[in-house]
Amino acid sequence: MHAIVCIKSVPDTTKVRFDPETNTLRRDEVESIINPFDTYAIEEALRLRETHGGKVTVLSMGPPKAEKELEQALAMGCDKAVLLSAREFAGADTWATAYTVAHGIRRLENYDIILCGKQAMDGDTGQVGPGIANQLGIPQLTYVFQVRQADFPGGTIEVVRLLEEGREIVTSPIPALLTVVKDINHPRYPTLRLFRRARRTDIPIWGPKDLPDVNENLLGLDGSPTQVVKIFTPPKRDGRTELFEGETVEEAAERLAEKLIEERVV
Amino acid sequence: MALLIIDEKACIGCAACVDVCPFGALALVDDVAVANDNCTACGVCIPECPVDALALPKKEHAGTPDVESYKGVWVWIEQFRSQALSISWEMLGKGRDLADQLGSTLIACILGEDVEKVAQEAIAYGADRVFLADDPVLHTYRTAPYACVLIDLVRRQKPAIFLLGASSRGRDLAGSMATTLHTGLTADCTGLEIEPDTGLLRQTRPAYGGNIMATILTPHHRPQMATVRHRVFDAPRPDPERRGQIVPISVEIDEEEIETKVLDFALQEKDVNIADADIIVAGGRGVGGPEGFDPLFELAHLLGGAVGASRAAVDDGWIPYAHQVGQTGRTVKPDLYIACGISGAIQHQAGMDTSEVIVAINTDPDAPIFDLADYGIVGDVAQVVPALTEQFRKKLSKQQNVPHDKSSQDLARLNT
Repeated sequence: MHAIVCIKSVPDTTKVRFDPETNTLRRDEVESIINPFDTYAIEEALRLRETHGGKVTVLSMGPPKAEKELEQALAMGCDKAVLLSAREFAGADTWATAYTVAHGIRRLENYDIILCGKQAMDGDTGQVGPGIANQLGIPQLTYVFQVRQADFPGGTIEVVRLLEEGREIVTSPIPALLTVVKDINHPRYPTLRLFRRARRTDIPIWGPKDLPDVNENLLGLDGSPTQVVKIFTPPKRDGRTELFEGETVEEAAERLAEKLIEERVV
Repeated sequence: MALLIIDEKACIGCAACVDVCPFGALALVDDVAVANDNCTACGVCIPECPVDALALPKKEHAGTPDVESYKGVWVWIEQFRSQALSISWEMLGKGRDLADQLGSTLIACILGEDVEKVAQEAIAYGADRVFLADDPVLHTYRTAPYACVLIDLVRRQKPAIFLLGASSRGRDLAGSMATTLHTGLTADCTGLEIEPDTGLLRQTRPAYGGNIMATILTPHHRPQMATVRHRVFDAPRPDPERRGQIVPISVEIDEEEIETKVLDFALQEKDVNIADADIIVAGGRGVGGPEGFDPLFELAHLLGGAVGASRAAVDDGWIPYAHQVGQTGRTVKPDLYIACGISGAIQHQAGMDTSEVIVAINTDPDAPIFDLADYGIVGDVAQVVPALTEQFRKKLSKQQNVPHDKSSQDLARLNT
């Protein structure tokens, strides 16, 4: 079995603070991490390898420093890592990103399954996974929270998807692309031994010349149908809280209940 | 590697660009602006430069040929078991505004089996015309057949704007369609408006966990595609008298051609569906344990709402992930959000801070949730929540049947 996991290096938004005065990210060294949703995709690929044998390749597109996140993925146990990085890729929106990543995947050897996180923490779109599946012409199974059964190679995969109204059980031929939700597993931590190995593992960096049949007009900023025209800080909620108190809890609760009924929200 | 082109000779080192860069990608080195890898080529700095020393590489976009021939606003109407979802009516309401501003028609696309009734409703909610694809292969949503029918329609009819709800299915479908159509797609918009001079769709959305907002255009590709989260826009009142045209679309897809098969669907309890709930009672670590959620479920049932949870409570295994609100869970926008024992970390706030009314119940008066809440009680959830339930039980029974679900009432009126 060959699984490919697509990951994104994102700023650690738990540490990102926006300065509304100057409209900028606070510049105290924003660290990058593997998009948290992608760690579930990595873990699921590693589990599939444990059951079915084979190997896991991790792929990312981003600036050269995204190599650090690929190293992290190798230290979790992935076998091989590739970084798509070039000036021509910069400024890509979700369309151009999916196009580029799909070309990177085509250059890798045959695969049985592609795994992505359900969305990235910074962009939050959830569009790149379906975009890659569409570019490659394989079925997409989004919001997967359980892989029930898989026959590799060339068989079928049965998954449970988490939708608003409940859980859908779907089967699809392989190869297929899955995007996974957080509930699917608990990602393992990298080990020191694997970290040492990761340090020694060569991570090839591919640019447009390394991607067969890529149309350079469809890469990066030039290849992006969407354009950001303005960035601003959202208006904050009025932070005043009306506190309800009373001699007893019941009194406070009664006042709050009255207020909410008066406001017609219940 | 930054794309930004900086004319070092022209740069006067004023740092105006450094100050406006939302990504911290610019700095002054030897009194000249320098961009690093954090530059996303967003272009915010360009107009700020007093000496026009900044630029982005410009190349003529190939784009969609014949952009001018794309007209009209389309909305995909999502249905589940032949019932339209309210998010679709919200989209139709917004679509009506946009179509009126453009002086064009509003078209609803309805795919499913036995969904003729939904087509009638779509007209009542503002559609001028409905494309109705009613066929057994479309019974349950699946990416490939739905995308295939819609892509074919878009290619033949050329809409300028195509809107979908940002539900799981809507995002799944939109991502696939936009890739094939080679057009721009903007996810989770909180604002949609028409740019007066160009007629382009201005799409505004949050990014970086709600820390910043971005306004996005799709200038050269059609249709301009966008998804919008549930409850961002209000659903219009349906008008049963409204007239419109229903155009049946023949579907030529055999079940054998479709690779994916839906084997089963396990419906969730209503109190799990936080995405659609008008009222959410949510618990965090302050509820104390799995059984600490019991009083929250009781209050939610009484109010006809759903139960949400913070990441901490989910990670501790007190309640399943489907309940999780926040950046790694679902984003919700109920009329009322009651946060019980939730401190209100920024990631949680990102998932609920657009709720109409926020109530916080917490022992810690300094918890960040009180920076957000409209109303609050400082106290122990285990005491306050049951007391609140009791008060509502008394007061609401007096009022008799409080209306919870406005849209279903409107529909009931429509169907009679």
